[in-house]
Amino acid sequence: MGSPSVSIERLSKKYRIGAARQDYQTARDRIAGMFRKNREAPETREMWALRDINLEIAEGEAVGLIGHNGAGKSTLLKILSRITEPTEGRAVLHGRVASLLEVGTGFHPELTGRENIFLNGAILGMSRDEIRRNFDAIVEFAEITKFLETPVKRYSSGMYVRLAFAVAAHLTPEILLVDEVLAVGDIDFQRRCLGRMNEVARSGRTVVFVSHNLDSIERLCTNAVLMRGGQVANSGPTRNVVASYLSDRLGTSMFDLTAVADRTGSGRARVAGIEILSASGERTMDTVSFGETFRVRIRYEARERVAHPVVGVALLTSRNERIFITSTEETGHPVEALHGSGAIDCIIERPNFLPGQYHFEVWISDPQDLVSGFADHLRLVGMLELVPGEVYRGSTAGLNSPDRGRVHLESRWSGA
Amino acid sequence: MHMTSTTILEATRGWRALNLREVWSYRDLLYIFAWRDVKVRYRQTLLGAVWVMGQPLVTMLIFTLLFNRIARIDSGDVPYPLFVLGGVLIWNFVSGATARAGNSLLGAAHLISKVYFPRLIIPLANIVTDLVDFGIAALLLAPLMIWYGVAPGVEILLALIIVLLAAGIALGAGLWIAAMNVEYRDIRVVLPWVLQVAMFATPVVYPIAAIPERYRWIAIANPMTGVVEAFRACLLGTPFDPRLLIWSAVAAALLLVTGAFYFRRMERRFADIL
Repeated sequence: MGSPSVSIERLSKKYRIGAARQDYQTARDRIAGMFRKNREAPETREMWALRDINLEIAEGEAVGLIGHNGAGKSTLLKILSRITEPTEGRAVLHGRVASLLEVGTGFHPELTGRENIFLNGAILGMSRDEIRRNFDAIVEFAEITKFLETPVKRYSSGMYVRLAFAVAAHLTPEILLVDEVLAVGDIDFQRRCLGRMNEVARSGRTVVFVSHNLDSIERLCTNAVLMRGGQVANSGPTRNVVASYLSDRLGTSMFDLTAVADRTGSGRARVAGIEILSASGERTMDTVSFGETFRVRIRYEARERVAHPVVGVALLTSRNERIFITSTEETGHPVEALHGSGAIDCIIERPNFLPGQYHFEVWISDPQDLVSGFADHLRLVGMLELVPGEVYRGSTAGLNSPDRGRVHLESRWSGA
Repeated sequence: MHMTSTTILEATRGWRALNLREVWSYRDLLYIFAWRDVKVRYRQTLLGAVWVMGQPLVTMLIFTLLFNRIARIDSGDVPYPLFVLGGVLIWNFVSGATARAGNSLLGAAHLISKVYFPRLIIPLANIVTDLVDFGIAALLLAPLMIWYGVAPGVEILLALIIVLLAAGIALGAGLWIAAMNVEYRDIRVVLPWVLQVAMFATPVVYPIAAIPERYRWIAIANPMTGVVEAFRACLLGTPFDPRLLIWSAVAAALLLVTGAFYFRRMERRFADIL
């Protein structure tokens, strides 16, 4: 173990929710408030996104941060990246830091691939000289030589992601902070990115890596940190921590989503939580067996009446790939309006995708919100644990292997 | 390569140092932001230039008709169209740059929540872009001066200093507005209106001499008066009181320093609020 590269002491971060986001202040309110006799306290709720985090990361170590949505992983990364300040405690970083919280931050659609390499490189903290030196390598890694002079708005999403990652892959910081960025792009490219990250980790640089993809965490990181409710729940060798995360996730069927900050939409109606229930809705289900019809209950809270919304749900793999999507609109179940709090159920018949962990994407459209079209939209929330059912009569070994494809179809054999 | 450095991250309170050294170390980013905005605007070269020059040209024509032909405002020895164009150019630069620097953080909200760099870079880059626009718009003066046979003296070089002073005022005001804008969203609505009123309170379409004696203190207290009058004096040789300029310089310095400190004070909350 080398000397510490990152040391974190009693780090905490408090957010005020409610007031800051939708109901931002206006100067008019503030001035009006000065003349009012009893200044009413604005209705805000405090939330500790991080509470008392203590961590030491040694130089050259690759550490994976895992945990549910809202566990504080991204907040921790944002503090280490200097995007936001901690409320209490401190973190000391030794060396040049680069962070990659998103691929292609600052890409401008009107500019060409060449121009965006310089723009994005500078945003990520490279000097112009550094970008010039790495330019050819970046272009080669991204495989976009032919499109170098084309505005990126004409790029396919694959090319866009390749270019964005290629720039980031040529950062040479001593400490690299990476948020869930490999969830995009095709499998082949993801594999190359992982390879590249592996090189970075092996070349003696410190890497802090957040991912929902336990597979890549296990491949990249020697150590892992499990976060839960803004605190460090467990840390140590990756295998042990991942195992404790998995057991942590088992046996959960109700997900409170009120505290999830990562959401888009007008907020006029919000998804408050989801529950996984049996087909009849009589009991909750900690796990669902392959082929077993189940029910997803979406609880909502509508601050205002939202007329003619579409409620939808999708299932995502831990790599953030959608494998199934459905909505009230396409299944012919029009919703008149949402008002107050309530629930709507989606019954999913005989799931035939491979056993494993899946996450939900949930949304409520808002026809009156012309900007996003959504009242609320959440990705990668909750968890569905799909366990092998009776269709697998033979060996169940290797069922969680990614090489097994994604769906199971009934098949029979004959001959031989 | 950068030297190995140690960064300490902890909560800060109250006023903070400006840390201009760090801003300087990010000069490449400042350059690239400004370059990006200029590039995007002038991508369709002709359209970009038409846009930048057309607006002051049309304003000049309308003001000439309104204030010279109808309201009979007298601009002395200098032809009124030239007089008003000089005023409109420098005024538009300051008001446009103030407004854009003021709104720049909202426009860069996404970037602010994803990457760290000194946030001062954002309004600074906006001012640089506006300087480029101003330079292009100012080319309008050349054909007009030839047409009216007004030859500039060596004072025209001083106009460059006046432009920098104007940029200082715009940046100072822009920093104040940018930081307030993050917290109070109605600033954005009120700002265009305030700037509009301010234009008529500043001797842009009329010379300061046209103001009745007892109201003149209002114009004198306005730091933009010195800038507009001095800019015109450098180009067109209109009469000018240098004392006005001293006040403009003092006001610019005050705005810049207080604006930068206020901006730094509010900066820590940008990512959480935006």
